[in-house]
Amino acid sequence: MDISDLLNIADQERQSQTAFRIRCCVAAGCVATNSLAVKENLQMAITAAEMADTVQVCGVGCMRLCSRAPLVAVDQVTPAKPSLLYETVTLDQVPTVVATLPSAPASRSGAVPLQQGDLTHPFFTHQRSIVLENTGLIDPERIEAYIAMGGYRSLYHVLREMTPTEVVDTMTRSGLRGRGGAGYPTGLKWAMVAKAIADRKFVVCNADEGDPGAFMDRSVLEGDPHRVLEGMAIAAYAVGATQGYIYIRAEYPLAIQRLHIAIRQAQRMGLLGSHIFDSPFDFRIDLRTGAGAYVCGEETALMASIEGKRGIPSPRPPYPAERGLWGFPTLINNVETFANVCPIIRNGAEWFASIGTEKSKGTKVFAIAGAIRNTGLIEVPMGTPLREIVEDMGGGVSDGGTAKAVQTGGPAGGCIPASAFDTPVDYESLTQLGSIMGSGGMIVMDQQTNMVDIARYFMEFCRDESCGKCIPCRAGTVQMHQLLSKICEGKAAPADLHLLEELCDMVKHTSLCGLGQSAPSPVLSTLRHFQDDYLALIHPE
Amino acid sequence: MTLHSHTPKNQDSSTKHVSRAAHFKMLDVILKRHQYRQDALIEILHQVQDLFGYLETDLLRYIAQCLRLPLSRVYGVATFYHLFSLAPRGTHRCVVCTGTACYVKGAAALLTTVEQFAHIHAGETTPDHCLSVSTTRCPGTCGLAPIVVFDDQVCGYQTPNSVRDRLKPLLKQT
Repeated sequence: MDISDLLNIADQERQSQTAFRIRCCVAAGCVATNSLAVKENLQMAITAAEMADTVQVCGVGCMRLCSRAPLVAVDQVTPAKPSLLYETVTLDQVPTVVATLPSAPASRSGAVPLQQGDLTHPFFTHQRSIVLENTGLIDPERIEAYIAMGGYRSLYHVLREMTPTEVVDTMTRSGLRGRGGAGYPTGLKWAMVAKAIADRKFVVCNADEGDPGAFMDRSVLEGDPHRVLEGMAIAAYAVGATQGYIYIRAEYPLAIQRLHIAIRQAQRMGLLGSHIFDSPFDFRIDLRTGAGAYVCGEETALMASIEGKRGIPSPRPPYPAERGLWGFPTLINNVETFANVCPIIRNGAEWFASIGTEKSKGTKVFAIAGAIRNTGLIEVPMGTPLREIVEDMGGGVSDGGTAKAVQTGGPAGGCIPASAFDTPVDYESLTQLGSIMGSGGMIVMDQQTNMVDIARYFMEFCRDESCGKCIPCRAGTVQMHQLLSKICEGKAAPADLHLLEELCDMVKHTSLCGLGQSAPSPVLSTLRHFQDDYLALIHPE
Repeated sequence: MTLHSHTPKNQDSSTKHVSRAAHFKMLDVILKRHQYRQDALIEILHQVQDLFGYLETDLLRYIAQCLRLPLSRVYGVATFYHLFSLAPRGTHRCVVCTGTACYVKGAAALLTTVEQFAHIHAGETTPDHCLSVSTTRCPGTCGLAPIVVFDDQVCGYQTPNSVRDRLKPLLKQT
């Protein structure tokens, strides 16, 4: 495999393009609403109408607006015209979709009208796609489609024209920070692993997206898996690793299946394996499937799980960069972090650093769900105000209500009140509000939601998911859950509230890993912003 | 519980006719494919559970022996992870998502409906082994919240009534 081979594949792919293209979303959300059958019927209808030489039907990753699933888009490639989006497409609407194409036989007409989506809505126009630049546009099961979009050229460039130090330096200058939640500078992490001296090193992709309400990583893996593989290969070259693992949760069968296909295709083309692009660089990637343990998203627990053990965290330091998998230096990054690598290499660190805020660079993908009109996936520059996301892009609360709070960061995060919606979304400002950026799940809550009940919900989650290794987390979450239940049932006295605060403080400061340390966050943030909800339930002494 | 789309229920019923000896032969193939590597334990347990339906103690003992691991370690792993089941599960599975998005949209009421309708609690199987009820924390299709997964099929926008309608035929079959 050489650069000319890559360009050839890209050319062939472009030449095989027809005048029209029908894209059907085949991400998990749309598949659950029968999109595979819609795609098949479209294909059959196109073939039956003898339009196959002018119209192509392909399955693509997430097209963002999940609440209107299944989504179908029609592109006019030559001459290029704006695409059309159709929402909640049913099987009986398939003939209508075909009839909208100019090359359709005149006799054909669709009886069932289509629901056309508004691509000029802020939900689409306010997005800035870097991570999701190919998601929803290309067929994730064909490596040729990724190569046609410029795929694997960054890897070629890195292997041929950059030293590992230059790659690390580029990442540092870009200002990219870990997208898994904590926001640790990616360049620093890479530099630490790169300078470690060891016989073997590992690169691990954390795809254990356990936060309920978060589906960004799933969408990236289902929609553009090769981008993650290429990002991992570049990271491996930069730090000197030869083996990579993707640790993915078993709840994402479709993402697992597409990753398997992607790895096999990349291996067959010599883009993974030994002597990649005829260079001395070897790198292989294996998949490791989780088995339903939230704590495995924590990096030390994740490594234990990759080694085939119980997912129990261990104290840090030593950090994985020094002693990771089987004691060797290991680089662990989130899916979205790896997905940002190729654009940074392609467009330069300065380009990336020009997007976002002073301390948070680039874009962030969010999954917005809950009591909101437009549920789905958005990618916006860092620093976009929460109000713009919820009210403009999300279209406000469903059923005409008003928003009470937005929950970010999953069980480790907190609730942001509507009064703070003008806050720009970046790592620092969310931390100031008592929440965290987290992996990017945003759940909108309306006025009917009782915040004490939400705090109890998250505490129940942490109680169930505590691995049981350290006492503050194992016993503390049980006690806090009991106190919160007592408050919810209206049986608590003011003294219980003080006890709860004390417990929160203790568990936060004495737990071993991130799960326990952040378990009190939903309680603390609701206590801070929604004290009235608590006081209304406290029974005066 | 499992959400594996590559193990549709028809496969379950077809493998039932395969003899136990044949299953054990397939188990050996799985172990060989993973080169008896100790770190592949979780992958092996996933595939063995797909094959046998659940992880019996005898199976765990056999796997431990083949991988040269203490039984305590294999048992520890099998009981640590939620997705592994050490008891037989029902022919049909109903999994209620209790993720945050589903929760704010009424997942608790759905779970109560399922539990009352099937007369069992989450994590249990009906005495006739017809239905297992469990919960999951988010398969990531929050756009369709609240969701319930019936036999690996994600069903969105569920209501107590729609859940009851779905459950009726599942409970009738034996």
